[in-house]
Amino acid sequence: MEIKSPQFKSRASAALENEQLQSALTHVRSNFIDKRAKAARELPEFEALRDAARDIKNHTLEHLDAYLEIFEAKVTEGGGHVHWAQTATDARGIVLDICRRRNVKTVTKGKSMIAEEIGLNEFLEANEITPVETDLGEYIIQLRREPPSHIIAPAVHLTMEQVRDGFREAHTHLPDSRPMDEPENLLREARGVLREKFLGADMGITGANFLVAETGTSIIVTNEGNGDLTQLLPRVHVVIASIEKVLPTLEDMSQIVRVLARSATGQEMSVYTTLSTGPKRPGDPDGPEEFHVILLDNGRSSMLGSEFRDVLRCIRCGACMNHCPVYHAVGGHAYGWVYPGPVGAVLTPSLIGVDQAGHLPNASTFCGRCEAVCPVRIPLPKMMRHWREREFERQLSPAGQRRNLKLWAWFARRPFIYRLATGVASRALAMWGGRRRRIGWLPMADGWTAHRDLPAPQGGTFIARYHRQRRRRRS
Amino acid sequence: MSARQAILGRIRDAIGDAATPEARATAAARRVEAHPRGTIPKQARHNRPVVLFAKKAAKAEATVRRVKSYEEVAEAVHRFMREHELPLNLRHGDDERLANIVWPDDMTTSRGPSDGSDLTTVSHAEGAVAESGTLIMGSGPDNPTTLNFLAENHIVVLRGRDVQGSYEDIWTTMRRRLGKGAMPRTVNMITGPSRSADIEQKLILGAHGPLRLHIIVVED
Repeated sequence: MEIKSPQFKSRASAALENEQLQSALTHVRSNFIDKRAKAARELPEFEALRDAARDIKNHTLEHLDAYLEIFEAKVTEGGGHVHWAQTATDARGIVLDICRRRNVKTVTKGKSMIAEEIGLNEFLEANEITPVETDLGEYIIQLRREPPSHIIAPAVHLTMEQVRDGFREAHTHLPDSRPMDEPENLLREARGVLREKFLGADMGITGANFLVAETGTSIIVTNEGNGDLTQLLPRVHVVIASIEKVLPTLEDMSQIVRVLARSATGQEMSVYTTLSTGPKRPGDPDGPEEFHVILLDNGRSSMLGSEFRDVLRCIRCGACMNHCPVYHAVGGHAYGWVYPGPVGAVLTPSLIGVDQAGHLPNASTFCGRCEAVCPVRIPLPKMMRHWREREFERQLSPAGQRRNLKLWAWFARRPFIYRLATGVASRALAMWGGRRRRIGWLPMADGWTAHRDLPAPQGGTFIARYHRQRRRRRS
Repeated sequence: MSARQAILGRIRDAIGDAATPEARATAAARRVEAHPRGTIPKQARHNRPVVLFAKKAAKAEATVRRVKSYEEVAEAVHRFMREHELPLNLRHGDDERLANIVWPDDMTTSRGPSDGSDLTTVSHAEGAVAESGTLIMGSGPDNPTTLNFLAENHIVVLRGRDVQGSYEDIWTTMRRRLGKGAMPRTVNMITGPSRSADIEQKLILGAHGPLRLHIIVVED
């Protein structure tokens, strides 16, 4: 997948001007937040379950090597195959080998962010294998040749009219006069078209929400049923999962399932939670002949040893982006790669480099809503701050910004001069603000004041007020 | 060095030497063996699980009918099909509890997995979870997995006494029945009919799986 994260600033500006996108984004703002809040309120144990989910993930990460080995042994025992992939290239190669060996021409796919991460569709097409996305949202964006803009609602950036136009262009075998005015019409149409693809596919590729070590089981959580048809009907089922998806037991999975759907869509439980353990067994009238699991590292093992370990707890519910004022304003495509929103701002620099994705952790107000709703309590703002620090250390931030920070640091290390200077500056700004007490334009900060006024400071600096209050309390 | 060794090696380096790989392996094996339960919501300890199950399944847009015995199942199925003006053909697997049902004369039934041409299928559930209204379906010749997904109308027969409070209760039962660490090839946990909200966040029932999920609970 092409990386466009370095162009975050221009992409964000374009997103703000895009009326269609802004109209589509209103659904994110209104829908997800209320539904999650209601689901959380209705379960008295919700906060305790978030703690449990965090602790289970932490425990698993601390014993990751051991659980991966148990998982591998159980899958092999059940007649499945485990493949280890260090990089995206390795993972693609493993998929292609299986395709070649089993003479695979068509692949149906369940929604998988890992598949996006390794650019699987483009790779399969280049090797003359046809990938068909089957999640409705993924199918819609595949027709438009766009990446997803949200990890659980990939087509959330589109309006119904755009979906309809895409279907009209792609489904030329259907009559022009067919009804297409309601979302229902479009869903039925996709169901019909994709049903043929499901029945004709040679291989099904899915991601995994969880891998269970105890039983060698891979689990997908969906609402549409497309993931199930993907893994059930073709001869071969391939699961692509990153290494941090493993969990110890079915009980541990059950704890996390209770917070996953509630955080994502506000459902108590998604419609289908499907546990797959190995290939078709003797006597089975249906199911895949082969079952493969590709365990992908692609940067995770180095995150495990860094200050970004906690983000490996992520269960990809999307709550952080659903609650993010920046995501609400610019949508997912501005982030320029697979993972948008706050979790993307932490993951993307880890996976593709802070030199490419440095803008992402900077595009945050640190309002803290993402951390407040994260079901596994990932300290996302703190991690974005770590990226800003690394960006500064590696001298990747712009020269002007670095110069100003250094200037500030010089003052900050000299408290007397600092207080004197801030005192003078705040009085000057207060005068500048005049009777309106607002500043409409500020030299060297006109990028900021172009969009809003700076309230003029009032009542002295923080330190001055602090001292005044302490004196008052003492007397 | 193989990819496997390289990845495991990097993980071990990253975790550091607070514990040896052997100590970690022992700790992990112990947790798998003990499979501790965490926080079980109070609602899962309902004194009448069937009642809670029916309420939660209905909340997830399934329809639920409670009957007194397996003799009443045929009539309940028949009524559901007439209500929705469905052709009176259905398909089910080899499950004895379904095979023993005497269907009305105007219905035709067939057996085996679905190839996608069936409008209505009938399966028997392994169990159900009351706290979320979730059916537990196991794969195999008795109840082929294709029957759960390919038809527009899925009718599931569930024995009332197989309804349990929590997910954890289901795993306990499954371990007792199949042995530790063993699973059916596929377990489908199903909560309501299939749906999508991918077009402008509008929730629509009947995506790639069934449009209707009708559950008949036998309280014998």
